[in-house]
Amino acid sequence: MNARRRLLVAPAVLALALTAACSNSSGGSGGGSGSAAALTGDCAKFQPYAGHSGTKVTMFASILSPESDNLEKSWADFSKCTGIKISYEGSNDFESQLPVRVTGGNAPDFAIIPQPGLLAQMVKTGKVVKPPAGTVANEDKWSPVWKTYGSVNGTFYAAPMSANMKSLVWYSPKILKDAGIEVPKTWADLMAASDKLAKAGGAKPWCGGIGSGTATGWPATDWLEEIVLGSYGGEVYDQWVDHKVKFSDEKITTAMQTLAGWMQNPAWVNGGIGDVKSIATTTFQDAGAPILAGKCAMLQQASFYEAQWPKGTKVAADGDVFAFHLPAVNPAVPNPVEGGGEFLAAFSDRPEVQAVQDYLSSSDWASSRVKTASGWVSANQGVDKSLYTDPIDQLSASKLTDPTATFRFDASDLMPAAVGSGQEWKSLTAWFAEGQSIQRVTADIDAAWPQ
Amino acid sequence: MNETAAAHDAEPDPLAKHVTDTRPAPAPGPVRKAFSNPIASVIVVVVTVLWTIPTLGLLVTSLRPKQDVAETGWWTAFAHPDLGLSNYHTVLFEGGFGVSGGLLPYLVNSLAISIPATVFSLVLAAMAAYALSWVRFRGSDVIFFVIFALQVVPLQMALIPLLQLFSGGAHLGTVTIIPAFDLSGTYAPVWLAHTMFAMPLAIFLLHNFISQLPRDLMEAAIVDGASHFKIFRSIVLPLCTPALASFAIFEFLWVWNDLLVALTFAGGTPEVAPMTVRLAQLSGSFGGRWELLTAGAFLSIIIPLIVFFSLQRYFVRGLLAGSVKG
Repeated sequence: MNARRRLLVAPAVLALALTAACSNSSGGSGGGSGSAAALTGDCAKFQPYAGHSGTKVTMFASILSPESDNLEKSWADFSKCTGIKISYEGSNDFESQLPVRVTGGNAPDFAIIPQPGLLAQMVKTGKVVKPPAGTVANEDKWSPVWKTYGSVNGTFYAAPMSANMKSLVWYSPKILKDAGIEVPKTWADLMAASDKLAKAGGAKPWCGGIGSGTATGWPATDWLEEIVLGSYGGEVYDQWVDHKVKFSDEKITTAMQTLAGWMQNPAWVNGGIGDVKSIATTTFQDAGAPILAGKCAMLQQASFYEAQWPKGTKVAADGDVFAFHLPAVNPAVPNPVEGGGEFLAAFSDRPEVQAVQDYLSSSDWASSRVKTASGWVSANQGVDKSLYTDPIDQLSASKLTDPTATFRFDASDLMPAAVGSGQEWKSLTAWFAEGQSIQRVTADIDAAWPQ
Repeated sequence: MNETAAAHDAEPDPLAKHVTDTRPAPAPGPVRKAFSNPIASVIVVVVTVLWTIPTLGLLVTSLRPKQDVAETGWWTAFAHPDLGLSNYHTVLFEGGFGVSGGLLPYLVNSLAISIPATVFSLVLAAMAAYALSWVRFRGSDVIFFVIFALQVVPLQMALIPLLQLFSGGAHLGTVTIIPAFDLSGTYAPVWLAHTMFAMPLAIFLLHNFISQLPRDLMEAAIVDGASHFKIFRSIVLPLCTPALASFAIFEFLWVWNDLLVALTFAGGTPEVAPMTVRLAQLSGSFGGRWELLTAGAFLSIIIPLIVFFSLQRYFVRGLLAGSVKG
């Protein structure tokens, strides 16, 4: 983004009206030096970021409207006070478009990257700029493991923004209550409850769907990850991510058998939808619908599934649907939490970009986003937990910031893309859809691991 | 691209007969008979109806409320009509990501991208096709062959290099061959990319058409003292209107429906993003609002329909010119 050099040569050569007429490029970056006017009143808290009035930064992410509207609202005051315009663009082709734009030399100022694997790939291009001191200082507000996920080879690059919790089980309070079942606290309770529901012959205990367009299969990877984390703890999980523990390792195949006993148990699934195979053909968005219809008791899905419930659904312990923390398979593993998150990487070191980067890594911004609308959780310890109004957000926030929790990032987002968003999706889908053997599934995934 | 292939098969041929006049004119009889055959008519009607049913389903779905769509098929709407325009209202007037006013700004962007991109490629291709077929110069056959061969290069392969060229320029050592144009945030990269990608096919099609124009006409014009530009403007352009129109339709539809090029070259700026980019985002991060896609899809085909119907008579003429006239 060497704007100045470009400005020197461009007019001399191509003064065509079509290029010049609508060019709204860099231009004057105004008073960058300390002569910033003091911000007063409501704006006073943005004083550290002042001095870049009239500038614009671009941001590219995979978050779309309506979720992105809340994001834009959360920094509206910042933009108004500091005069830095944040031009946001969301795309559901983000993962494929970002590498194209970065290697093509047309990188945005910021990218909100949900996969540490993609962040590492971007860092390799050499275009990611290290964060300014202000951002690095803010990172002490995150638990150390989050800083690791925003780092590549030990160098910190991207500040975490949001966190979502994947280890949740959505359930129908009514069905559980009618069957006389307490909310399960341990894996054994959960299995016993499932068995009881199945034998009662009413609603089936579980429903599920792993369909998601070209990303079909990702919910199944989450199920496997939760079982691996809950069975063996963080250390084995990390080795698995690094392929030191292979998929064909006995530990992982045992985890797959546990998963098969749970989500491939014909007596337990697929409530209100069909047989085991229908899990592969049901989209993850539709998978929870039978819970509201009273045909299915439970669905394992992340905290962001809350957005899928139709308008008017009461999400509460005494409502239409609610969620509990998926217990650990092995009680010796303390509080396993699998989650995802988003990281803010910068591709420019212009002063206004650094100001925005500092602000978005602060707990002020995180609080502002939490206040804007529910359905968003920050793992920032500086956010006052009483700001969360939604019960699911409260539950997720308390688990995500719990210092005793065994928190791990979604493994498929950490593995190389060829596996994590390729072969693992395909093979696990085939496992559900065609009943392929565990041996074949794990061998296929291991074979796809880049050497 | 199947239609395009069919079009160029049909185009050059008829005029060839027209010009050389050595072969007997094709009898119109069999064609006409085939079309007036009642069985054929029934088949045509059945195929047309079958072909239209999905579109009808889309239309009906776009008018139904979300809950109904999730629970029952669109055909049940005929038994229990509960239709409304709320999806259209949401798509058209509820703004998203920084541009207020819903879909309309993107509609304007789509037009601002499609029309110039179509015009640029038509003008350049028509001139190139004329030059390659009627201006004698050394190597014209080779150039034509190379352009024709370029059709095999997939667009996707050229995306990153072209983006690098736009943003970084081309350098040989320290010598700047092409400077870096600061085009990001404007329509220009999208126009240029579409024009470039359209060029091989456009030149190929128009060359086939223009090269079959009667030599006598050109010679008469030269004898009368017309320059190449005069010949091109007064003789070639009017004569190849049907070919131009049919290619204009293809190119317009292609650019209008394009998402990949727009995402790549209009990158990072909602101000210049076309409608396809907006439509792709309508359903939300987790696909929760997919019922809006049906309404969005219907709104997006209005303009192509207008273009098609207004150029349709040229289009049919372009495909069939001469073949029935004999």
